[in-house]
Amino acid sequence: MSFITGVGLTSYGKHEGSSSLDLMSKAAELAIADAGLKRSEIDGILCGYSTVLPHIMLATVFAEHFGIQPSYAHAVQVGGATGLAMTMLAHHLADAGVAKHILVVGGENRLTGQSRDASIQALAQVGHPDYEVTLGPTIPAYYGLVASRYMHEYGVTQEDLAEFAVLMRAHALTHPGAQFHEPITVADVMASKPVAMPLKLLDCCPVSDGGAAFVVSREPTGASRIRVRGCAQAHTHQHITAAPALSELGAEIAIAKAKAAAGVAISDVRYAAVYDSFTITLAMLLEDLGLAGRGEAAARVRAGHFSRDGAMPLNTHGGLLSYGHCGVGGAMAHLVETHLQMAERAGARQVRDASLALLHGDGGVLSSHVSMFLERVR
Amino acid sequence: MSDRPADWTKGTEAIFYQSCGACGAVQYFARSFCAVCGAPDPAAKRASGNGKIYATSLVCRAATPETRAHVPYNMVLVDAAEGFRMMAHGDNDLAIGDEVTASYRPFAGRLVPYFEKVK
Repeated sequence: MSFITGVGLTSYGKHEGSSSLDLMSKAAELAIADAGLKRSEIDGILCGYSTVLPHIMLATVFAEHFGIQPSYAHAVQVGGATGLAMTMLAHHLADAGVAKHILVVGGENRLTGQSRDASIQALAQVGHPDYEVTLGPTIPAYYGLVASRYMHEYGVTQEDLAEFAVLMRAHALTHPGAQFHEPITVADVMASKPVAMPLKLLDCCPVSDGGAAFVVSREPTGASRIRVRGCAQAHTHQHITAAPALSELGAEIAIAKAKAAAGVAISDVRYAAVYDSFTITLAMLLEDLGLAGRGEAAARVRAGHFSRDGAMPLNTHGGLLSYGHCGVGGAMAHLVETHLQMAERAGARQVRDASLALLHGDGGVLSSHVSMFLERVR
Repeated sequence: MSDRPADWTKGTEAIFYQSCGACGAVQYFARSFCAVCGAPDPAAKRASGNGKIYATSLVCRAATPETRAHVPYNMVLVDAAEGFRMMAHGDNDLAIGDEVTASYRPFAGRLVPYFEKVK
């Protein structure tokens, strides 16, 4: 058994003058305080990576900087799936008694610490160095390829994809920490600059500075008892050229294993936190996970199904698309928001019932997947 | 990668793939073994350059000065007639399902495979 006992999140956007370690520290401090713990009680650290601060031992670099001497520490690298992969590992470490209170932390000054071109170029390196990167692709191009095929097979349109950007922006408007504060429409998305067709600028998440952290503990430390009910991973490929058919991608494998591990069905889920690097990512994952039928996710957005007051509130902080994406911390914000919702601490964003949540992360080009169920225990 | 033949990734106008003598699987990324069954030394074979478009994405925003000079350029995934899938460039108006054949063009200081519709 393991519990998420504290969460911390900075605003996303520009943090001029803050380093990756500064942003990690800020989020870590918030999470430890939220758990009601002292720094000295943290005996495990898992951290992600930073493209601005590449290091072969980032966890100990952070531990020294932050002032902790943990008995267990290392970095984890699974691209966008890193946050949930760390949570899964922390869950198992706590459950096995390896550590009592594990700090999971991610943060990066990706926006102000390097040029936008440098960020885009760094991320394009998830492609094959000889057979893909030589062709001048970008991360949006990898996902643009996936989008073209998905739209072709399931009759999804660009207007359908735009609905997800509009929904995430609507949710971000209710969160003061979000990177974007101006409402957008489907027409705005359609008219935004082409990036890698069919994806346009507003189909893509931004580059952000920010940090997120949480504490995973063996026992609850406070009133809110949010436990990891079950989780699973799947890794089918690294490069999009080597990806299996759309119907055989890792999200479906991971969710099937996670459902079995947790002993729950999709119909039990009350809140969803799903990776949304691009509108197509969110559309596909919702359908892969069974939160919508094939080609039907956009219709569910239009019907309000995924809105704050809908049947399946989704990424109520605004997701990567509108809260922002600072690398590893990006998708960790989904878990922080989920925790606030489950603990009924989300204020003006509070949903009716978030007693059981499904979280899903994706790294690479739909390469690595982590599905996780969190449950509120009374 | 030492056994990768002189193909487009090395500046030669050719697409190669590998075929496993033990299980018959084909693979595009060259290795010294078959990724399906593990048998050593899959045979390098030269592809016909014929195939069908699996996916496309017109890149309008590039990230380096060298590639920016080429925008917009169309990235494609091609299902080769020989049974492997590859990434390449192609005509901007290619659609999924189009039958295509390969030629080669310079791109950002290199040679890349470029697919056009079979007339």
